[in-house]
Amino acid sequence: MRRRHIVITALAGIAGFSSVLAGILLLTASGGPGRAIGSAAIGGPFTLVDDNGAPVTEKTLAGKPYAMYFGYTYCPEVCPTTLLDLSNWIKKLGPDADRLNYAFVTVDPERDTPQSMHAYLSSFDKRIRGYSGTPAEIARIAREYRVYYKKVPTADGSYVMDHSAMIYLMDATEKFVTFIAYQEADASALAKLRNLVTLTPSS
Amino acid sequence: MRVLTKTLAVAAVLLAAAIPTFAQAADGSITVKDPYARATPSGAMTGAVYMTIDNKANAEDRLIAGASDVAAKIQIHEMSVVNGVMQMREVPGGLAVPADGSVTLKPGGYHVMLIGLKKPLTAGETFPLTLTFAKAGNIPVTVKVQAMGAAPSNGGGMGDMHGGAAKPMGSMEMK
Repeated sequence: MRRRHIVITALAGIAGFSSVLAGILLLTASGGPGRAIGSAAIGGPFTLVDDNGAPVTEKTLAGKPYAMYFGYTYCPEVCPTTLLDLSNWIKKLGPDADRLNYAFVTVDPERDTPQSMHAYLSSFDKRIRGYSGTPAEIARIAREYRVYYKKVPTADGSYVMDHSAMIYLMDATEKFVTFIAYQEADASALAKLRNLVTLTPSS
Repeated sequence: MRVLTKTLAVAAVLLAAAIPTFAQAADGSITVKDPYARATPSGAMTGAVYMTIDNKANAEDRLIAGASDVAAKIQIHEMSVVNGVMQMREVPGGLAVPADGSVTLKPGGYHVMLIGLKKPLTAGETFPLTLTFAKAGNIPVTVKVQAMGAAPSNGGGMGDMHGGAAKPMGSMEMK
């Protein structure tokens, strides 16, 4: 079945987005695991459904700092690799891992149902929750988090998704802290996650 | 009975070891080396196969198609991460294998994309894949399934793909 293409109206074209992203990356690159400048721009309210079918909002994650990743389950390489990396880092955090929340948000809500995400995530650390929603709800959270995603039709009538491939690290008050880049080295990613743990309100 | 089981197990291991890690075209021009896939998450609909293709002929050939019982369809893709955005595209007209040269399909670059997996790919298993080249024709290969996140060369370290850090590849337990 041919479905409606997702149009991201929030982004004034790829060029505009790229310059924003480049700016963010520049700011982050110099900031190490600490808090990046200009963090006000990333994050915001959302209404989604988790992989158990329960409604979730930004308040579900708030209270603990969190790691959020945007991808899709039809992704053959980047998404499973990132979720595997994240699972291994969670394991290395030990008991501190429970002081963070983890969410995998689909950019392909037409194919990624809560059920299919639940099955998919059973192959990774159980603390990573899957979030799906309507195309409009996904467009909204992508806009809030400045996530780029685009449906690209393939010759056979199907499609693949282009999408931002970094993990967003947010504090307990939903403020952006930093990114973990795709395939970032273990030591650097772990340093960022350990720093995130220190941002737990009670500590 | 126990001895028999053990013997069978040993035989199975020997058989697995005996599976050739390369396959060649009938005319000897194209050799496909070390085809492998990574294990896929539960319920995943896609997978990727990686390999090195050598071309001994003095003319370019092209990998144009593939077929396997494990997937509904197969395409040849190239993925890239540009400015933090992952992109994946079908390679138009197939993947060129230069004359007297080779091309490597590996994570972060080219892959044979399995679409519509009939069941997850499980580490330790193998499956048949037939690759079709424009000139060399069909080459059947046996793909080894390695751990999720596995690197080329039978799971050895690859270094260049994971930020240069020594990383326990695929150490996550698969259910």
